[in-house]
Amino acid sequence: MSSTGSSQEPGLNQEGAVTRFFRVTEINPRMLGMVAALILIWCIFDVWSGFINPNEGLFGGSFLTPRNLWTLLVQTSSIAVMSSGMVLLIVMRQLDLSVGSMLSLVAVASAVLQVYQLGPLLGVGHPLIWVAGVALCLALGTGIGAVNGALTAYAKIPAFIVTLGGLIAYKGIAFLLASGETVAPMDQTFEVFGGGVQQSWLGPFWSWTLALVVCAVIIGALINGRRQRTRFNFTLRPVWAEFLLGVVGSGVVLGITKVMNSYPWPPKLIENFAAANNVVIPAGIEDRDGSAICMAAEKFVRCTTGLIYYTGYSLPVLVALAVGLVMTFIATRTVFGRYVYATGGNPEAAELSGINTKWLTIKVFALMGTLVGISSVISSARLNAATNSLGLSNELYVIAATVIGGTSLAGGVGTIYGAMLGALIMQSIISGMSLLNLPAAYQDMVVGGVLVLAVWLDQIYSRRLK
Amino acid sequence: MAKKAVKRVAPKKIPTKPAAAKKSGAVAESHESPLAVKNRQDFEASAPLVEMRDISIAFGGIKAVDRASIELRPGEVVGVLGHNGAGKSTLIKILSGAYQRDAGSILINGKEVTINNPRDAKAYGIETIYQTLALADNVDAAANLYLGRELKTRFGTLDDAAMESETRKVMHRLNPNFRRFKEPVVKLSGGQRQSVAIARAIHFNARILIMDEPTAALGPQETAQVGDLIKQLKADGIGIFLISHDLHDVFHLADKIVVMKNGKVVGTARTTDVTNDEVLGMIIAGKCPKGAIPGPGAMRDAA
Repeated sequence: MSSTGSSQEPGLNQEGAVTRFFRVTEINPRMLGMVAALILIWCIFDVWSGFINPNEGLFGGSFLTPRNLWTLLVQTSSIAVMSSGMVLLIVMRQLDLSVGSMLSLVAVASAVLQVYQLGPLLGVGHPLIWVAGVALCLALGTGIGAVNGALTAYAKIPAFIVTLGGLIAYKGIAFLLASGETVAPMDQTFEVFGGGVQQSWLGPFWSWTLALVVCAVIIGALINGRRQRTRFNFTLRPVWAEFLLGVVGSGVVLGITKVMNSYPWPPKLIENFAAANNVVIPAGIEDRDGSAICMAAEKFVRCTTGLIYYTGYSLPVLVALAVGLVMTFIATRTVFGRYVYATGGNPEAAELSGINTKWLTIKVFALMGTLVGISSVISSARLNAATNSLGLSNELYVIAATVIGGTSLAGGVGTIYGAMLGALIMQSIISGMSLLNLPAAYQDMVVGGVLVLAVWLDQIYSRRLK
Repeated sequence: MAKKAVKRVAPKKIPTKPAAAKKSGAVAESHESPLAVKNRQDFEASAPLVEMRDISIAFGGIKAVDRASIELRPGEVVGVLGHNGAGKSTLIKILSGAYQRDAGSILINGKEVTINNPRDAKAYGIETIYQTLALADNVDAAANLYLGRELKTRFGTLDDAAMESETRKVMHRLNPNFRRFKEPVVKLSGGQRQSVAIARAIHFNARILIMDEPTAALGPQETAQVGDLIKQLKADGIGIFLISHDLHDVFHLADKIVVMKNGKVVGTARTTDVTNDEVLGMIIAGKCPKGAIPGPGAMRDAA
């Protein structure tokens, strides 16, 4: 542990190469395990789907294709955003069961505002509509969250009960607001947040630019961290470990970007875009089979090889990544985050240290509400509609993702990236099973089983650690 | 005459502060050596750092603390003794802001103050080492040391590097063998956890230190270390409340002892004026010996 060579020797002999690797690189073995599990799941689905429906996937299936991975990330973003807030709540020994119903309520309220009020008033497509719609989602979510928090902190009703009540009640309010109807379509300016229209795609150039910026930030953070450690005389990581982290980190970013930039626009959109912008589609190009006429959608893509646009990152994914970054910053670098973790570790100690734990509880619930607001924007924009069943069962998926991601229900332990990875694992299972045409009932069974399995493995892991 | 004056003051509970103190100092002359009297007069001439007057608190129907009064002067160590459940921890938690009193008043440097929560107490320089240590087990030593008063960078974010660096300095003074700065405190030994709790209490220029059973979890060597630390803090002019159910822990460290039983103060005595056995009698039977000033909890016939 000390930095002098003599006292390090015995330690070196005792620990194995693997232990030493994790200690030196400061990589969390748990996180690496989750990434491995994720990759394994992806590979299994790709191989399996290859038997049923051979496609362009890495192993001949339809899972590891740019198209599927791109969709997977978009599908994950809503749950991932909410799970980052659930981490803080569960770390603080609280729980929010109402996020699903809250999402429906917030989305319906925003949809009613857009479709019935602002649309006729300002004219459909007015830029103010999306601003108002998003603002209402955020404000309403934050407000409802704060109410949940206040009832928990000051009225001393257990969060489980408060939010169970919310789960039932908010759905009812959502039903009343829209008289039980599906409110659709959302305004076209708002729809951009769903990732389904060309305005919400970053395109290859800006996607690569963003990726390079992120790589630069990763390397800058490593260098800055090393400078800080030197300044305070703390133990430094070996240079090879710094390089490894830099290379692997940048590699992952560039790899994901490459996949995102390999997913082409749907042919219909290319056609429309070309027509609108007077771009000539090269005619008469033959597909692989030599057919010259472009009929079916998939083959049309090949026909338009001469004119192809790639999507790059889509807005909901960017929003989720940004939320993940901001929430990680909040959790690890701010006093607020420190208080949340300390309160989860020992509520009494936090109180005795002078932390206003009641106010803190309200703030964490309100933050959860804000994130539900963001998710409701993504969900309703993606569906291009809002109903009182939009967020159905979302609370369960969010909590499952958080727990799969390593957050302990006993409080005090949990990471944002873990929960987001958990959300990705869960969504991978769900959409993988859809690709295999397995009925939804099987998907539920497997997701439930995975949740229990993840917690079981986690307990074995932490017991061995002690 | 002397005793009568004190007795009259004590049960009635509202002594006009400085006058009462002087009077009791003066009346004590009769059965003390001239040197002792002089010491005592010098001692009592300094204003009390803390005075808790007629503090009462009830939980449900149980009076955990009943009209208890207690005071502490700069550089003084006051041992608060009593059985488990005698009310000593509760009384002291009122001072540290963990509980709110039902009745009574708290004076700091002669001025009445309001202490509604631990933040208020810390603002008056009152630091507490709790029996349970009150550490957040899941975060590291530096995070615990600075919990509630984190160091921040100029951007308002946590300055972990600076906090860890400072923590290394403090811990080096208290416990030179301590090296496990990166680990959550749940992984530390009892003694190491104790030193984190002590470091947290003394690092922020405490003027009043409350130690609740500070040596309960410690071995003999670590207990001796805590004893040395108390002497050093006392020399710095810090007033210390030492709470214990074990008389031997505190007798040689304390200048004064206050014994509590069933939520009431049995008596207050300078450690030089009473013997071990007499204090034991106070703790067990509530019998107040000659050398002590009886409180409302003293047995009638003994007073």
